[in-house]
Amino acid sequence: MSSTPLLYGLCAVALFAIGLLGAFLHSGLLTRLLAVNVSGSGVLLLFVVLAYQGAGQRPDPVPHALVLTGLVVAVSATALALMLGRWLQRPEQEPEPETEQDQE
Amino acid sequence: MTNLLVWPVLLSLAAALGTLIAPSNAARIATVAAALSLWSVLLLLSAVIAEGPQWLILGGWPQGLGIALHADPLSALFLLMSAAVCLAATIFARRYVEHSRYRSQFWPLWLLLQTAIYALLLAADLFNIYVTLELLGLSAVTLSALGGSRAAVQAAVNYLILGLLGSLLFLAGIALIYGRYASLDLQLLARVVEPGPSLWVAMALMTAGLVLKSALFPLHFWLPAVHANAPAPVSAVLSALVVKVAFYLIMRLWLDLFNPAVMSTAADLFGVFGALAIVWGSWQAMFTARLKLLAAYSSIAQLGYLFLFLSLVLVMPEGEDRQLLLGALVLFALSHGFAKSALFLAAGTVQQYAGHDRIAELRGVAGQLPLTFFSLGLAGVALIGLPPSGSFLAKWQLLSTTLLAGQWYWVAVVVVGSLMACVYMFRVLSVAFGEEGVATQRIHSRREELPTLALAVTATLILGLGGVWVWRVLDVGAAGGLG
Amino acid sequence: MSAGLNHWLLPLILGSSLIPAVLIFCLAEDNSRLRTVLNLAGAVAKMLLVGVMIWGVFNEQIYETRWTFAPGMDLVLHADALSVLFVTLSTVLWLLTTVYAIGYLKKTAHRSRFFGFFCLCVTATVGLALAGNLFTFVVFYELLTLATYPLVAHKGTAEAIRGARIYLAYTLSGGLLLLVGAVWLRAIAGPLEFSQGGILGSIAGLDPDTLSWIFLLLIAGLGVKAALFPLHGWLPQAMVAPAPVSALLHAVAVVKAGAFGIVRVVYDVYGVEFAADLGVLLPLGVIAAVTIIYGSIKALGQDNLKKRLAYSTISQVSYIALGTAILGPSATVGGLVHLVHQGLMKITLFFAAGNYAETLGVHHISAMDGVGRRMPGTTLAFTIGALGMIGIPPVAGFISKWYLGIGAAEAGALFWVMPVLLASSVLNAGYFLPILYRAWFKPASADWASEEPHRGRFETQGMLLWPPVITAGLALMTGLFAGAPFSPLEWVQLIAVREYR
Repeated sequence: MSSTPLLYGLCAVALFAIGLLGAFLHSGLLTRLLAVNVSGSGVLLLFVVLAYQGAGQRPDPVPHALVLTGLVVAVSATALALMLGRWLQRPEQEPEPETEQDQE
Repeated sequence: MTNLLVWPVLLSLAAALGTLIAPSNAARIATVAAALSLWSVLLLLSAVIAEGPQWLILGGWPQGLGIALHADPLSALFLLMSAAVCLAATIFARRYVEHSRYRSQFWPLWLLLQTAIYALLLAADLFNIYVTLELLGLSAVTLSALGGSRAAVQAAVNYLILGLLGSLLFLAGIALIYGRYASLDLQLLARVVEPGPSLWVAMALMTAGLVLKSALFPLHFWLPAVHANAPAPVSAVLSALVVKVAFYLIMRLWLDLFNPAVMSTAADLFGVFGALAIVWGSWQAMFTARLKLLAAYSSIAQLGYLFLFLSLVLVMPEGEDRQLLLGALVLFALSHGFAKSALFLAAGTVQQYAGHDRIAELRGVAGQLPLTFFSLGLAGVALIGLPPSGSFLAKWQLLSTTLLAGQWYWVAVVVVGSLMACVYMFRVLSVAFGEEGVATQRIHSRREELPTLALAVTATLILGLGGVWVWRVLDVGAAGGLG
Repeated sequence: MSAGLNHWLLPLILGSSLIPAVLIFCLAEDNSRLRTVLNLAGAVAKMLLVGVMIWGVFNEQIYETRWTFAPGMDLVLHADALSVLFVTLSTVLWLLTTVYAIGYLKKTAHRSRFFGFFCLCVTATVGLALAGNLFTFVVFYELLTLATYPLVAHKGTAEAIRGARIYLAYTLSGGLLLLVGAVWLRAIAGPLEFSQGGILGSIAGLDPDTLSWIFLLLIAGLGVKAALFPLHGWLPQAMVAPAPVSALLHAVAVVKAGAFGIVRVVYDVYGVEFAADLGVLLPLGVIAAVTIIYGSIKALGQDNLKKRLAYSTISQVSYIALGTAILGPSATVGGLVHLVHQGLMKITLFFAAGNYAETLGVHHISAMDGVGRRMPGTTLAFTIGALGMIGIPPVAGFISKWYLGIGAAEAGALFWVMPVLLASSVLNAGYFLPILYRAWFKPASADWASEEPHRGRFETQGMLLWPPVITAGLALMTGLFAGAPFSPLEWVQLIAVREYR
């Protein structure tokens, strides 16, 4: 087995760890969101590495299916986070005590 | 009759689409779907009791490739709790969201959340679990932000990010498992896993992710703001079900999949953090000013009990005693599910009625809402663990196990935790006896209080008087976990 | 009698107050007529059912109902001679207290809530009495706490809520101690079905030290409700409750539940001889003796009538614990019969105190000058109760003390029990006789003639007057006719004989 998968694997782990640290250490929404995405890329890369079954061999299709699903999830979660983030950026024109929304 | 497995998921999903197509009938569609889901879960449970665990592999794929669904007594009991709580909360929500700004967004998300809960409880392979976890997380986050206050959205964002991290940790664990065993199917895996570094790392990653989602101390910090600021029916389901299904997964994985690799130190860690959660959560609940925040902190404490239970179950040898304690664990989880959802719904009614939920200023509201406060009282009985609630029986079993084992520290934790629960619950209930005098905000209908009462009665009377049924159902599957 | 009825009799006895409770909760606040009907129908039905049960138990009929809560945890209702004693007391006094409460709370707020919890409270008390094992006892013990809390807090004033909170703090903590003790004992010794003569003595291989620790936990848990020194602090605070609640709390429900529990634990779980061998009875006796003296001394200093009665309760209830702690049939008789006698006398005193407060606005002893002439019936009842408490024949209290004395002599404990009994009687006289003197012989200090709005024919409303008169009559009769068949004394002697068989 060549060292390429190992290299990719280590890279994946590093990405994952960097992302985790970033998400826990920072407080800005955008930074944290990016960090989560970096971390996510690390995990998905790990799956890609797992699919490798040696030179000349067909890669295992299952991890690829998983990666695709994971990407879809990551995209939608990011979109949701951005939407919520935009909401928070709005100027505070509306009344907003927590009791307000429940009153009608 | 394996088709029974798809119905809870399918009904909720179809109803979610239905509410998008026919928004004007959304509330009705949701109610019917919730009722039918409960019915299908009851059928499923009776099938599980009669014939043993149920299986279904969608699309005719071989095992290990297709999406597999599975129900055994444990998952069926959790499904039953989920379906019942969802039905009550749905009926409650009909009036609660009727005039709100977020009415049109609420129902599809609400049904999507239920879909995710049912799918997760039925999932039979790891990747499925990951997907349903994400679906659950996304719909829960969006629902919790619906209230629209800055505090709610801020909390939701935080919840989302941490939820994503939890899922990624879980996913990383899955990657390791797949890399080692080339399978994701829980049943197949259970046969082949063996203790070793790769399994331990995978266990640690997956457990860390799930612990974050189930808000075990010290990873609980995101929970209070989310649960206290979401709309009341959402809080009810978040506290009663969403954190609990994450706990369910931990239990499922540790009892079935990781069983050969369980080390007593790991189990003890659950116990230690569970105990800290009990004390810390109760402490916060004793002094917090708002009713919903109190309920949220109480959830942290109650989840602590579940982890304490789990730590004891994990190290017990197979046999009757373990089965007894496992039954107590499940009974405690069910009681808490019903009691906590009742508490949140009651808090929602109080908040709508009084315009706030600051405990110290609620004097006099009780006179206007006798049923709600009665439900609060019943829910409190279950949360403290007094008879005749289900959690009383569970605590009896917990005390019995720890006393026999001479584990005084756990006994002390349970006693102190119960006393603290008395303090925070009766802090609310003593308000009920104040003099009248708060101006009413709107005409009130008794009917709105009924779902709350039904949940509280289930936690305190039905699960208490019929608690033995939970043990009997679990014994049906005692023969062999997932197998 | 059909087997069906035998099976359902005990659940029906519980149901006769549980069902009215649920219905009353559902009633509209202003529907006082239906509420009264439900209350009285429940009370009368319970009385009839208890009558059937007494007859059955006397004829050695066995009543038992089981319901499995959880594996190894059965709710057992079982009627034996001891439970019959307590059930009968609760049932009779419940009927009278209900009548009294209906009169007392006429036209006040939250009566649905009040009577609902009142019925629940009686249900819990009767459940305690019928409990056939320690698990069932614990269940009803906690339920009693929950049902009485709203009654203590009923008035809703800051003082009432504070008093109720203190009450809860004590009773729930006590409940937890009891729970831990019960779970522990259950874990090492099995199902703990109550049986005369005790069960632990026959189980081999139990560690005596562990059993002593468990005994301590159980007695501490029960001692809170029984107001044993130093766990009595809640009782004077709980006096903020309305008079009928105080009456029931002191005579039957809460305080008595604790005392009854002590009796159960000593006689039917440990077994009195086994407990004596363990060496746990003497400490219990000493604490009871200390409580007797302490309560009496504290009572001397109270000017508030209800407070004085509260401290008197602390003192008097410990006679039961004292009788239990002395080995020997006569002491058993003295302690157990006091369960009934103290109940009758104390409820009379509280009814009377309520009448003074409700009719004349008199809450303090210093304001009681001349009440005897204004309210002769009430004051006569009060006098009988007070004399009984002191132990003057022929009122019932004398019988209790007499048997306690004989029991102490039999057990060779006379040298410390006799001084306690004597001192207590002197102190009782010290705090009751001045009241009687003021009431009967001092000139009235206020003009009450015009104060009472709905007085009617008698000195106060009939519903307030008759209950104390009846209970005073009962206290007198149980003393006078102590030797008659079916008297409390006869019944208790039956229990004692079986216990020492």
